Amino acid sequence: MASIIIKNASVAFPIYDASSRSLKMRVLPGNMGGRIGGSGGHVSVVQALDDVSLTLNHGDRVGLVGHNGAGKTTLLRVLAGIYEPGAGSVRVDGHVAPLFDIALGMDPESTGYENIYLRGLFLGMSRREIRRRLPEIAEFTELGQFLDLPLRTYSAGMRMRLAFAVSTSITPDILLLDEGIGAGDAAFLDKANQRLGAFTDQAGIIVLASHADHLIKRMCTKAVLMERGRIVAVGQVDRILQRYRKRIAAA
Amino acid sequence: MGDTSSTAPSVSLMAQLKHGLTRENYQKAVADIVDGWRRRSLWGTMGLQDIRQRYRRSVIGPFWLTISMGVMVAALGVLYGAIFGQELGDYLPYLAAGFVTWGLVSSMVLDGGRAFISGEGLIKQLNAPLSVHVYRQVWGNLIVFLHNIWIYFLVAMWFGQYPSWTTLLVVPAIAIILVNGMWMGLLLGLLSTRFRDIPQIIGSVVQVMFFITPIIWKTDMLPGRALFLDLNPFYYYVQLVRAPMMGHLPSLEIIAGVVLLTVLGWGAALFFYTAYRWRLAYWV
Repeated sequence: MASIIIKNASVAFPIYDASSRSLKMRVLPGNMGGRIGGSGGHVSVVQALDDVSLTLNHGDRVGLVGHNGAGKTTLLRVLAGIYEPGAGSVRVDGHVAPLFDIALGMDPESTGYENIYLRGLFLGMSRREIRRRLPEIAEFTELGQFLDLPLRTYSAGMRMRLAFAVSTSITPDILLLDEGIGAGDAAFLDKANQRLGAFTDQAGIIVLASHADHLIKRMCTKAVLMERGRIVAVGQVDRILQRYRKRIAAA
Repeated sequence: MGDTSSTAPSVSLMAQLKHGLTRENYQKAVADIVDGWRRRSLWGTMGLQDIRQRYRRSVIGPFWLTISMGVMVAALGVLYGAIFGQELGDYLPYLAAGFVTWGLVSSMVLDGGRAFISGEGLIKQLNAPLSVHVYRQVWGNLIVFLHNIWIYFLVAMWFGQYPSWTTLLVVPAIAIILVNGMWMGLLLGLLSTRFRDIPQIIGSVVQVMFFITPIIWKTDMLPGRALFLDLNPFYYYVQLVRAPMMGHLPSLEIIAGVVLLTVLGWGAALFFYTAYRWRLAYWV
């Protein structure tokens, strides 16, 4: 059973510019006029997540909404285990698959087949697993003989198909999506949507960060409104989206 | 799967050090290194990819590595052999063995410092253990070395020196060097990511070490023992591989030196990796 429990998590990024990241500032203090930005500290800090608590259970489909810079992507990365919060705790049970960039790891000089392996390995599959799924993935892409050619000879739509086919062949417990998944041309779209439906139905928990209301309405059963690194509201999708619109109008 | 908790939202390195050195963080650091090893099909492919990308569509591909190393050894060998008044049949194999080993050790130090910096884009996207980036780099350098080592055997056989059973000891010697490459990558990679001047410092130190380490000169050319040897970690590493390559056993002193370096290096790497591993994603 997949579950996510975040308690009072905070994530703060120190901002090092070229000079403060260098050793000179530490080895030769006073030489450069001392500290940069911030009060009292050595460096200025961006508070990306501020005291965030959230509990998600098996079956939850959650949409993250909020302005750019509200902390949606940072929260997704915390869930993926990429950022460990500086304060608070995160407990994630289940296999997590972050699909932030569905073409991550693909190489233009390698062939379509090689790229299926590459992408699969980046998604955490073993070689054996990929080999087993290879026929199914290859068939779904409808790329046929093209799979023997280097990826650089593909059109953007063909690349998208390949990335989509491999990325949706995994079966994670927890699926993290940033701005949804696109899938190329119209003819392919129906087929892709079907697959996407089956793919997302299998996941125990989905967290989707998006600015597209229709995407959130279609995929999610619950929404979280974020603002300046804080969670300001959790609840039904329609209610939260309404509140978000109101806040935009008020601003 | 994971469980993270800590309570100091501080950015000061000292505060993080005090806070980071917990049993829990130590276990997570070790788990990161162990899990990284389990993902070997990932970094194995990435490492191969790095090399293939460099030589894609070139006719002889990575064997350019072998050729350029061969040309280097031949040119340096003839020149310095003459300068030092050495017998070529004796000097050239010695130089070749030292040079290809130096290539492995020095590139592990240099690339180790860049392990996490060059994985920057991936670190923010991929939920894989961070040690994957170090394994990738060490593995890539092993592949290069496996292309270069033939230079030595070609040169040696040209002068009528054939491999003996002792030569097989090169295999465990290389394994030990790779184990050392891991701590170098973890430690130097971590420090370099925070302080971007460190790769530059490493670069100039390694350059100087090439001349200080007996590769183009021999230890017996030096009047008496010198600090250049005793306090030079590169000497121990190079000699550990070069000796069996040339058919004799490395001295006990060399073996003891390497063991000490391995233990100290891994100790330091684990210390810093425990304290600061979780900060890496913030630093890249």
